[in-house]
This record gives sequence, structure tokens and C-alpha cells, in this order.
Amino acid sequence: MISSLKTYETVTTEKVKVWFKAAPTSRFPKNGGACIKYKDKQIAVFNFAREGRWYACQNLCPHKMEMVLSRGIIGEENMEPKVACPLHKNTFSLKNGNHLNGDLEAIATYPVKVEDDIVYVGFSE
Amino acid sequence: MKTIIVVGNGMVGYKFCEKLVSREEGKQFKLLVFGEEPRAAYDRVHLSEYFENQDAKALELAPLTWYAENNIDLIVNERVTDIHRSKKSITTASDQEFFYDHLVLATGSVPFVPPINGVEKEGVFVYRTIEDLESMLSYAEKIKKENKIGKAAILGGGLLGLEAGKAVMDMGLEPHVVEYAPKLMPRQLDSRSSNVLKLTLESTGMNIHLGKATNKILGNGSITGLDFGEDDMLNVDMLVISAGIRPRDELGKTCNLEMGVRGGIVVDDKMRTSDPNIYAIGEVALYNQMIYGLVAPGYEMAEVAVNQILQKEVLMQQHIDMSTKLKLIGVDVASFGIPYMPADKGLSIIYENKTKGVYKRINVSHDGKTLLGGIMVGDAEDYSILHQMYLNNIPLPENAEELIVGARGEGGSPFGSAMDLPDDAVICSCEAVTKGAICCSVLEDGNETVKAVAKATKATSGCGGCKPMVADLVKESLKTLGKTVKERICEHFDFSRQELFDIVKLRGIKDYYELLDAVGTGHGCEVCKPTIAAIFASLHNETANRQETIQDTNDRFLANIQRNGTYSVVPRVAGGEITPKQLIAIGSIAQKFDLYTKITGGQRIDMFGAKLHELPLIWEALIKEGFETGQAYGKSLRTVKSCVGSTWCRYGMDESVSFAVEIENRYKGIRSPHKFKGGVSGCIRECAEARGKDFGFIAVEGGWNVYVGGNGGASPKHAELLAEKVDKATAIKYVDRFIMYYIKTAQPLQRTAPWLEKLEGGITYLQNVVINDSLGIADELDQEMQALVDSYKCEWKEAVETPEIRERYTHFVNSDETDSNIEFVALREQKMPKEWA
Ligand SMILES: Cc1cc2nc3c(=O)[nH]c(=O)nc-3n(C[C@H](O)[C@H](O)[C@H](O)COP(=O)(O)OP(=O)(O)OC[C@H]3O[C@@H](n4cnc5c(N)ncnc54)[C@H](O)[C@@H]3O)c2cc1C
Ligand code: SF4
Ligand code: SF4
Repeated sequence: MISSLKTYETVTTEKVKVWFKAAPTSRFPKNGGACIKYKDKQIAVFNFAREGRWYACQNLCPHKMEMVLSRGIIGEENMEPKVACPLHKNTFSLKNGNHLNGDLEAIATYPVKVEDDIVYVGFSE
Repeated sequence: MKTIIVVGNGMVGYKFCEKLVSREEGKQFKLLVFGEEPRAAYDRVHLSEYFENQDAKALELAPLTWYAENNIDLIVNERVTDIHRSKKSITTASDQEFFYDHLVLATGSVPFVPPINGVEKEGVFVYRTIEDLESMLSYAEKIKKENKIGKAAILGGGLLGLEAGKAVMDMGLEPHVVEYAPKLMPRQLDSRSSNVLKLTLESTGMNIHLGKATNKILGNGSITGLDFGEDDMLNVDMLVISAGIRPRDELGKTCNLEMGVRGGIVVDDKMRTSDPNIYAIGEVALYNQMIYGLVAPGYEMAEVAVNQILQKEVLMQQHIDMSTKLKLIGVDVASFGIPYMPADKGLSIIYENKTKGVYKRINVSHDGKTLLGGIMVGDAEDYSILHQMYLNNIPLPENAEELIVGARGEGGSPFGSAMDLPDDAVICSCEAVTKGAICCSVLEDGNETVKAVAKATKATSGCGGCKPMVADLVKESLKTLGKTVKERICEHFDFSRQELFDIVKLRGIKDYYELLDAVGTGHGCEVCKPTIAAIFASLHNETANRQETIQDTNDRFLANIQRNGTYSVVPRVAGGEITPKQLIAIGSIAQKFDLYTKITGGQRIDMFGAKLHELPLIWEALIKEGFETGQAYGKSLRTVKSCVGSTWCRYGMDESVSFAVEIENRYKGIRSPHKFKGGVSGCIRECAEARGKDFGFIAVEGGWNVYVGGNGGASPKHAELLAEKVDKATAIKYVDRFIMYYIKTAQPLQRTAPWLEKLEGGITYLQNVVINDSLGIADELDQEMQALVDSYKCEWKEAVETPEIRERYTHFVNSDETDSNIEFVALREQKMPKEWA
């Protein structure tokens, strides 16, 4: 279980080595998410249109180890953007990955940029 | 500086430290703590939660930094081996010596392992520490690899044994609880309540064997079974022993402290052992000739010991409350005071309802004035208040039976309110928080939510059993301040669901963000989005396809998400009537897509294991065969179950199938605060179990009886009679109004049964609204229902035929690969999700 958690580590903008070209913006529903594949990783990418921001995090929910976070509802708690796991409504900050309604391990987050209507996600490897 | 050494860093040892450092005078001591376990103290009471997420940190009572911040020297992984009373020192396993002024023994207990032939075999476990759980988990994995349906036995049907039984069941093993006594939880339950509990547990899949003495553990190296003698055997792959505890008193024995005959270090009401410099607390201490295997008495002992060391005259109570409420096993079980007793000690009032699996017993004094104790199985909602009445000697109402069967006639609870308790009533016994402290936290310190009060007072942070009462007290205290606890659905909308329903309707709003900007704040969340989505659906019959990102995942993808992230597919089979041709079609589609199929309780067929991208393909095939969505994923009408009725059955009074088909087609597609189900039976033999549904019709001499507000599931309830002997058209009209009225006024995720229960005036009021039109809204309800019926469309047809919606059904938006995380294993010639390894 731990081994699969380790494959997801937060990448900050400074550490980005690869800006991976994911998909056109139109493939991501407004105020919702979709999943992309990068190497053997599954990454959830969210088009938080209300904030005018994009976020990305691991698709794996650390609670029951299911690849489901991209299908979760997004929203905000005290203006902290978050995603709710569709299985048991665990919520995670989209900014730093912290588990907001419990003590699970934080999830990994990744930087996102949009250029010419194409979504790029930053990876360090 | 004087030194206190604490031996044992378990729950009680930790509590001692916490209480000492919270006192100003406590700072004058140096505190040195030894713990044998490899980690700092954790919440053993909630140990079973470790199975859920294997997160040891979540159980920690305090992080290591806390010990450092409070100048506590904590040495873990180090056992204390000897006490040298004359020198006032101890030595440890690594042979180091430390000196004390006061010594506190908090070494707890170990599980008692009876000397049965074969207990040393591999696969035999006890249930006490995180390490025990880890070894159980990895052994269970091993079993599952070798053999699909492994079996595990629990030796001991007490409180912990049942919890362990639930835990092994959750691990995917077939659980068998084996108890020597002829009943479960022998210390807490009488035989009748044990029977009720046994039946309920068996219905959840737990196997229970009573009156069995285990003679021998079978197996060659590792366990293969239990031998009860006389050729009676049970094959199992694993055994968890939960046969009671024994105090870890070896340190007391070797330094000649006074010991109990059957173990335990004897203490007085100051928690002092026979050596005045040595205290013993928690499960190692023998007080009043008893060991108390619960945290609350242990915490109180810690409090007494801290005060004694600080030279304050606080003494242990004479009488220790051993009331318990079982957590985690999925059935309410509680007992308090004297649970059962012979008739010369007092009188008992017993209520038993076998169909509901409920048993309640209270014992009252001969003069009928005081509550001596009781038992509750199947429904322990009133446990906290009864427990408080018992603890505080509150005089009983004249008809004491109302305490367990509810007051006759309308309204009025027999208990009065939690506010009637005296201020010094202890509400949270784990943390010894009184009613006064809770109310004061609201009234004087301005804490307005249960969460804030819990943080400030620590109430509810132990076993959590007192939560409902704390919530009541917070609510009532706020009321006295003139504040009502406003029901708001979440931080983004300052309205209840009913208010939002009216707003959406009056302003004709159709878009979530339009509503948010008009009457809400922020960007919304996982609570308000689906709630409002359901309101849009109930008002405009909008399918979940239009605003897909505000839907719960099941609605967004029009399928039920399952354990491994795959989905299930359920076409509508109205009334459970299906042609051979349709059966063949379902069969061949399921075969083509390799789906696991099962007949549901609602008389239709569920196909499991579909990957996201397969959903539109499967539905396309089903729609071609004339099927529609069964909306098994939605908060909407599920099925209308029927018996064969007069068409085939010789008892039938009317055609139940035709009625069920008609009514299911009438309400299909309607979204509601929660799912709802119907049933139609052809006579009072009730083969369709219509009274266990949200609405039900039963054919009788001279028409149909109409029932509403029934429920199966976790809290079963029989539906109540709304109208008697009416014709079909009238029956439909009444149910139309009932459903519409429910949709408009219920809370989010409130089923009809609790809705009806909370409705002031209950069924009589509902009859007035629905039959006599007392609110003057009947016409409106009729029109709204008809509009919903007329605007039905199959949302899967819409999804399959609309390319933009179909496009949503891919796992990755940048690859056609599917989720490689999904794996299946074989199960009785079909497949099931593979456990995460
Ligand atoms: C699965 C489970 C569920 C439970 N549920 C409930 C419940 O619902 N309600 C309830 O009230 N109670 C419950 N209990 C009981 C509760 O956990 C105990 O009452 C409580 O933990 C007792 O605390 P303690 O500090 O006395 O003992 P412990 O928590 O056992 O702590 C003793 C510690 O001392 C250490 N130790 C022992 N000897 C030495 C030595 N020589 N040197 C150094 N360290 C030593 C031990 O390793 C241990 O860590 C449950 C227990 C279990 C196992
Ligand atoms: S949050 Fe999450 S993945 Fe997820 S299982 Fe639970 S609950 Fe899950
Ligand atoms: S409920 Fe009555 S009519 Fe229906 S199957 Fe049973 S006995 Fe026959």
C-alpha cells in the first residue's frame, strides 16, 4: 500500500522539469475534473472555472486506494479549494493536498498551466 | 526536583501525564515514562479502525512533539523489568537503573489465552495492539491467496469478541464467533437479548456458536480447525482469542506488593498500592476486588493518582459504572447499571419486537421510583438519556414502560429534556465532562457548535457515545440565548433544503451557479451541489446530464460506482415482470461484456464490473433491446416490487403485477431527497413486503389499502396506513400527493420513514394534507406530480445519443487506455473485484 503512495509526490513549480502536454481545455468540464495519464501515473486535473484556476493532484484516494478523485465534486471550504472523493466524501485541499476532514496522508499536487487552450501538467521526472 | 516514573505508556498512563502537566503544580516534577510498545500511546478503544486505513498516526493520543513540549521523557520500546523498593529505583530490560520519588504502574493487561492444546499454532492471534492487527492482516492476506473464502473463528462472544468478529468479516473472511456460555456478552446481556442480537448478527453474515467448549486447536503447524469434542468440529484458517484479560502485574509480584488472589495489584481509594510511594492505575489495578476493563474508570484513577501526588484529597468513587455501548458492529447494543437480576431485587419491564430485532429491558426498584439498569439491543437511541437517569437517580415517570415503548398519544417525550439533568451529571464519562461544563462552554465561552464544544471540553473525544446528548445540550443552550440552530445545508447557503426548494421554484432558477450567485456565497461544495441538483431534478425533471459536475458520481455517470471504481448497470424491469426474450438479451449482453450478474432485492438484475468506457456501449445494446435506465444510481424511484397476485396466486384479491407495472412506470425518473421504493401485494399475506417500502398497496376485500413511510435496510420500519379500501385511482392520487409533499419538505438524504417520524402530528397530519387537503395545496401537488410524470425521458438514451455526453465516458482524456488499477478475481464461476494488496 505504501509503495503505491510513494509514486505520487508533490511537485512545486520550481521543481518542474517536464511540462507534459495533457489535452485540450475542452476535455475538462467547467468546475469539474478529468483524469490524464503520464507514464504510469494517473493524475486528476480540475478546471476550477469559478476561480479561474486549474489544479492537479493524484487520482488515487489514499483512503481506500481507488483511482477516483478526478470524478469527485470540487468546491471550497473557507475559500480553500478542495475535491471530495466520490466514494466516501473525504475532502482534500487542491492547493497543498492536505486531508481537510480527517487525518489521512496528504495527496500529491502538481502545477498546471494553460497555453493556447492546451493544458500542461508539471512533473519533476 | 522530584521524579515521577510512569511504567506503561498506554491509554491510562498517557492520561496520567496529560492530567499532571495540565496542572500548574505538576511542573515541579520531572516525568519519566517507559513504554514497552514500539510507539507512543494510542487509542486502543478505536483499535479496530486501524483495519480501515492502517494509519497508526490517526490513532495516536498525542504526537511525540507533545511529550517534548511538556518536558516528558518518553522512552518507548523499553520494558521495565524490576522495582527495587528499598532503593526507590527501577531497572529496565537494557539494564539501566532510574530513581523515583513516586512510581506509577500503568501496565494495563494482556489478553487471557486459555491453556488449550494447540494455542501455539500459527494463525492463532490475540487482539490488543497495533502489532497484533498487523500480523492478523498479513495472515489474512495469505489465507486469501491460497483459498478464496477463508474462515476465521473468534474465541469469546463478549464485547471485544464481537468487535473482532466484525473486523475479520471486514477483512473478507467468513467470521465464526465461538462462545462457551449459552449466550453472547454474558456479562451484559440476558438470554432473550442475546437471542435477538444473535439473530441480527447472523443476518449480517456473522456465524455464532454458543455453548461450545473448545478442547483442541487442530492443524499441523498452522491452524486448520477447532475441536469441540464428541466429533463436533469447525474448520477455520485463523483464530482470534478474545477470552478476557489478565492484569500485567508481574512487576508487583516480584517486588512483593500486595496482590489479589486472582492477580491484579491491590490499591486503595487513593490508588496507592501497599507501598505508599507506588501507585497503580488502569487495568492493572485491583480496586474493590475488581479489575475494570474500560477506559473511563482508568481515566478516573489517573485523576485520583495525580491529585494524591499533588497532595489534594481526591478519592476514587466507591461505585464504578460499568455501563457500555458497543460500537462498530453495526447493531446497537448497550447495557447499563444492573443489566439483569432476580425478581426479589426489583422489577423488570421488557419490550421485544422480533420482526424488528429490538429488545429493551429496564429494571426498576420495587417502589417503581428508581432505575436500576437495563439492556438495549437493536435500538439504543435512548441509551444516553436512560444511562443519565440511572447515574443521577432521576425519579421515574409514573408509567415507567414509556421509557422503552415511547409515550402513548401524541408528542411529549417521556424523558423530558437533557436540560432537566442536574449540572453535575457526567455526560461524557470517558473524559468526565459534566452537563454544567458543556452548557457553560456554550453560554459563557461562546462555543456554538458541537465541534467547538468538543474541542474546548474534550467531551465526545473518547468513545463518542455521548455525542447525541452533547448535541442536544448545545442546541438547547443556544435556544436559551435566543439563538436557534438554523438548519443550513452548508457554509455556502444560509437556507434549509425546503427553503432552497421554494427559492428555486419561485425564481424559476435552473442553473446552479446562478442560484449560488443569487442567494449563496463562495464556490459551493460536495454538500450543496448534489442537494441542489436534486432540487432542479425534482422541479424541472432535469436529467443529471446537463449540469454533470454538480452531481454525485453515481448521477454524473448514471451508474453506481463500486468498490474498485467500476460501475454497475441496472435496467428497469417494472414490477419485476420480464419476458424470456428480455432475459436472454440481458444474459447475452452481460456475457459479451463479462459482467457479474445478480438478482437484486428489488426484483431486477444488476450487472457489475463495467468499466467507465464500457457504460455507453452496454447501454446502447440494452436500449436496442427495449430497456430503459433503472436509475439504481439515483436518489429516485428504485422499484415497485410485486407478488404474482390474482393472475396466478389462488389467494390473490386483485392484480398486483399490473398495478405495480403501472405505478413504477408512473414514478420512474422522479428525483427525490433520497431513494424511494414501492410494493404491491395481492392480499394481506403480503408476499411483496409492501409495508417495508416507502409506499405500498395491499389488495383487500373492497379495494386497496395504502401504506406510506416504511423502510427496510439498517433501521427497518413498517409503513403506516394512509387510507383503507380505496379504488385504484384514489390510491394513486394519495400516493402522488404524499410523494410530492415529501419531495418538497424533506431534508437532504432523509428517507420517508424518518421524515414521517419527524413530521409534527405524524400520519394523522399527513392524512389531513393528502386526503382532506387541510393546507389547500392538493391541486398544486397533483399538477406538479403530473408535470413530472409527463416530462420523463430516459437519461441513458439521451447520453448514448449525444456525442458530447458520450465523450465523458473515458478513464483518461489523453489516452484510450483503461484503468490498470482495476483487477478481478474469480468467484463461483463469475468475477469479483480483487482486494487491494
Ligand atoms: C479492541 C479493543 C476495543 C476496546 N474497546 C473499548 C471500549 O469501547 N470502551 C472501553 O471503555 N474500553 C475499551 N477497550 C479497553 C481499553 O482499551 C482499556 O481499558 C485501556 O486501554 C486500558 O488502559 P491501560 O493504560 O490500563 O492499559 P493499556 O492501554 O494496555 O496500556 C498499558 C501499556 O503498558 C505497557 N507495559 C506493560 N508492562 C510494561 C513494562 N513492564 N514496562 C513498560 N511498559 C509496559 C504495555 O505495553 C501497554 O502499552 C478496548 C480494548 C481493545 C483491545
Ligand atoms: S475517500 Fe476516498 S477513495 Fe476514497 S475510498 Fe474514500 S473514501 Fe475512498
Ligand atoms: S400476497 Fe397474497 S396474492 Fe400475493 S402472492 Fe402472496 S398470497 Fe398470493
